[in-house]
Amino acid sequence: MRLSRIGTAVVASTLAVGLAACGGGDDGGSSGEDVTLTYWASNQGTSLENDEEVLAPQLEKFTEETGIEVDLEVVPWSDLLNRILAATASGEGPDVLNIGNTWSASLQATGALTPFDDETMQTIGGADRFLAGSLSATGAPDQPPTAVPLYSLAYGLYYNKALFAEAGITEPPATWSEFIEVGKKLTNDRHWGLSIEGGSVTENIHHVFTFSQQQGGEFFDESGEPTFDTPENVAAIKQYIDLVQTDGIVNPSNAEYSDGTQALQDFASGKSAMLMWQAAAGSLAELGMNPDDIGVAPVPVLDPLPSGGKDVTSMVAGINLAVFDNSEHKEEALQFVEFMTSTETQTELNKTYGSLPSVEEAYSDEAFQTPAVETFRDILSNRAAPMPAVAEESQFETLIGTAVKNMLAEAVSGRPITEQAISEQLAAAQQQLGG
Amino acid sequence: MREPTWFVWSRRIGLTLLTVFALLPVWIMLTTALKPLGDVQGDFSWWPSTLSFDAFVQMWRTIPLGRYFVNSIVVSVIASVASVVLALLAAYAVSRYRFAGRQLFSVTVLSTQMFPGILFLLPLFVIFVNLGETLGIDLYGSRTGLIVTYLTFTLPFSIWMLVGYLDSVPRELDEAAAVDGNGPMGAFFRVIIPAAAPGIIAVLIYAFMTAWGEVLFASVLTDQSTRTLAVGLQGYATQNNVYWNQIMAASLTVSAPVVVGFLLLQRYLVAGMTAGSVK
Amino acid sequence: MITANPAPEAGQKPDPGLLPGRARPARRRRRQWLPYLLLLPVLLAELLIHIIPMLVGVGMSFLQLTQFYIRNWTEAPSAGLNNYRFALQFDQASGKALLHSFWTTVVFTVIVLALSWGLAMMAAVWTQRAFRGRGLVRTAFLVPYALPVFASVITWSFMLQRDNGVVNHVLVEQLGLLDDRPFWLIGDNSFIALVVVEVWRLWPFAFLALTAGMSAIPSEQYEAAALDGAGVFRQIRWVTLPNLRSVNQVLLLVLFLWTFNEFTVPYTFFGKSAPEQANLISMHIYQNSFVTWNFGAGSAMSVLLLLFLLLVTTAYLFLTRRRRDA
Repeated sequence: MRLSRIGTAVVASTLAVGLAACGGGDDGGSSGEDVTLTYWASNQGTSLENDEEVLAPQLEKFTEETGIEVDLEVVPWSDLLNRILAATASGEGPDVLNIGNTWSASLQATGALTPFDDETMQTIGGADRFLAGSLSATGAPDQPPTAVPLYSLAYGLYYNKALFAEAGITEPPATWSEFIEVGKKLTNDRHWGLSIEGGSVTENIHHVFTFSQQQGGEFFDESGEPTFDTPENVAAIKQYIDLVQTDGIVNPSNAEYSDGTQALQDFASGKSAMLMWQAAAGSLAELGMNPDDIGVAPVPVLDPLPSGGKDVTSMVAGINLAVFDNSEHKEEALQFVEFMTSTETQTELNKTYGSLPSVEEAYSDEAFQTPAVETFRDILSNRAAPMPAVAEESQFETLIGTAVKNMLAEAVSGRPITEQAISEQLAAAQQQLGG
Repeated sequence: MREPTWFVWSRRIGLTLLTVFALLPVWIMLTTALKPLGDVQGDFSWWPSTLSFDAFVQMWRTIPLGRYFVNSIVVSVIASVASVVLALLAAYAVSRYRFAGRQLFSVTVLSTQMFPGILFLLPLFVIFVNLGETLGIDLYGSRTGLIVTYLTFTLPFSIWMLVGYLDSVPRELDEAAAVDGNGPMGAFFRVIIPAAAPGIIAVLIYAFMTAWGEVLFASVLTDQSTRTLAVGLQGYATQNNVYWNQIMAASLTVSAPVVVGFLLLQRYLVAGMTAGSVK
Repeated sequence: MITANPAPEAGQKPDPGLLPGRARPARRRRRQWLPYLLLLPVLLAELLIHIIPMLVGVGMSFLQLTQFYIRNWTEAPSAGLNNYRFALQFDQASGKALLHSFWTTVVFTVIVLALSWGLAMMAAVWTQRAFRGRGLVRTAFLVPYALPVFASVITWSFMLQRDNGVVNHVLVEQLGLLDDRPFWLIGDNSFIALVVVEVWRLWPFAFLALTAGMSAIPSEQYEAAALDGAGVFRQIRWVTLPNLRSVNQVLLLVLFLWTFNEFTVPYTFFGKSAPEQANLISMHIYQNSFVTWNFGAGSAMSVLLLLFLLLVTTAYLFLTRRRRDA
């Protein structure tokens, strides 16, 4: 019958496609005369177009030097991880790509990124060139890194000098108790002491991680097993939530700020006097804040530190550059990595983006001789800790960051968050990680 | 057949409230787009303090709306037309023939609509890439992939609506056409298509709008050069909430052609659904 | 449903055989190849886009498909039923979360369905008879349906901001109904906010379908009812509703499937992590697959969802048909 013939055809095509789907994408071969690299850049500038403008002259220079063309695509942050995921699952991806440095260990675990073993590292100029702090966030400690730092960032405490002067405060707070005290002084009917991005999963987890380090906590033990529900981690989350809950130096509305610009906006417009942020100067100026009013200091630390507590004021933030393992032009890709991390390119790009160079040498440029840069460089070198370098890092960020977001929402709705409640949330998050 | 007074009054009040509910976001979109940046950062106001068209000028600089627009138009037009053609063929078969597997076909198409779409995103992507490698069909990152995806998304509803519509076209018409010496396909083209025109237009609108607004699949299946308006705008809006006037101006610009087109063609939609649903 | 679809294609294809009043002409036996040929393009498209990925998805649910194996699926170890066990351990956090999300979705769907249908029914009755301005009102009602979903949902999230949003401006400052500005995007109210936005998007479709259905009711039936002294409500009860039965049968099913699988609205509204109170099942699955890269677990949850929807749909079609026959 005809039906059966169609049935046969259907089954056959199903099998064909099914087999193709399961086969993985290891083959596929085009070999070119003129090599063109595909590069996925992340959104560092004010818009995707802005990034294209900033990167274009550098890419042209690279092409001039090497004859290798670069096909640039700036991928918005909202899509980047899903695009990388799809590329990993299918094998069809870029040659070189930017990744958030906190994703390093997770992406390393997929095997989709080329490891920079010692030999490979030598071809791009050696590991010594890089800032040690930034290099610590490029993968699991016992494995060769699968990315190198491109733009380095750290959290600092931005403060509004004009508002500080008005309140008669001369120095930015250095300890947590000073911080709360100053925050309370600066909280009145015109502005709040601090603004936070309380609805943002990533901002929450970054702050909580820093405070956990100060409390002497760890979210993963040496062997990589999760240790979420510890008194130290509970204390860290309490410390963060109490900014809204008991200290009252943060506008409760901040609990719904989620897109990563609203807290910044509040600070720029004088609705808050302090802000914990990375590389905010450029954005603040663009939002119309007087550059002379912007001060920056390390995020305050608990004083005295609890036993086991570390003098950590920031997570190691930044963007890494990686080579996709399925790339057919690995050699050229590495040349590009070398170019992007060269002193000259580093100086140019980081100057434009307001981030810190990832290579030591670039700091000799006078653009990086300012007090603000000195502050951040010191934070990154001495007082920053990398996020846990475990394969489940993304899950960890999402689970804890979301739990903190939900608890903040509870707190501003007038339901007090107790240590007990935090502990339960952490235990639940840990079980869900087990999947 | 006089309507009682209370009914007239309840109608006036009810319809007014519903109109306000339906149009409130449009008002917000419009006024916000016309506000200067200072206005949108402060407390809410119903009217702009001064009328400013800055947002409409600036948005072209911050978002490549032009390129996204072309992509969206191409993808949506081709996907909707293709969906209608395919659905019409299938609907004709289901409406006019009794054949083995008709039930199975209907059930299968129905069941595809229950699977949470988030989950076939990844398999679909892998299949696209592999088809590209084995058969040389460029589906990933191209408009073709997105077109094929969207046209399939809209098929079930399109088929359902058209089957309803075709059932309402008297069979005497195609039999008359067949007697006149046209084959079954002749009847299809000369009789069915003209008679089903309102239904076809209705399905066309539906399919177009589906493709125009889809975000999730487009965000993974497109790259820079094929990105659609929906993805472009969403990406911009989630990262730059400071510039609400620009976001609203862009939303308005993106929505205007679809809304106007939709409203102009709405009577066909009602007509198409009347036949489709009143069976 | 997956997509940003401004209209529910979800389940729009109930088996025509189950629908009433569709007499099939027995077509001549020769040329039996023709219907298959006509269906072929649709079948191919469905196979490629829906069916094969769906089967792959079912297969994934039995694999330990985490980030370690995502690069090469063939090497992913079998998980047996572990993914299902993980999803269904209701005494553990993972199972509790799924169950919570499931109930949230059930409640959400029931409320949205009731409100959308109720509003649409009222509006359709009100606009059934011609009056001055009816065309304008109908057009206005269709606007939410015509707006691209991302544009309108972004606008709603702007309107629902605590400090600068229009909703709080009206409730607190203009009407003085509340003393304190409530949150809408987080906390308990986020559920209400999501319901409002979803109803706003959905009811115009129901309105369209009901209006279409009502336009086909012969006016003689109303005249006859009026002669018998039936008022507005009795006319609705004895003329309108019975005539709308088949419309409603399909409409409610469509609205149900669409709402239950709703993804674009919460995703645009909340971003990647929804508040607990408004964590719909589709968002939960998204989190458990795309955010945590555990596609095995995410697939297992999807398969469970599919089974549930199949069960409900079958029962629904069976029951509505039975009632009709009775």
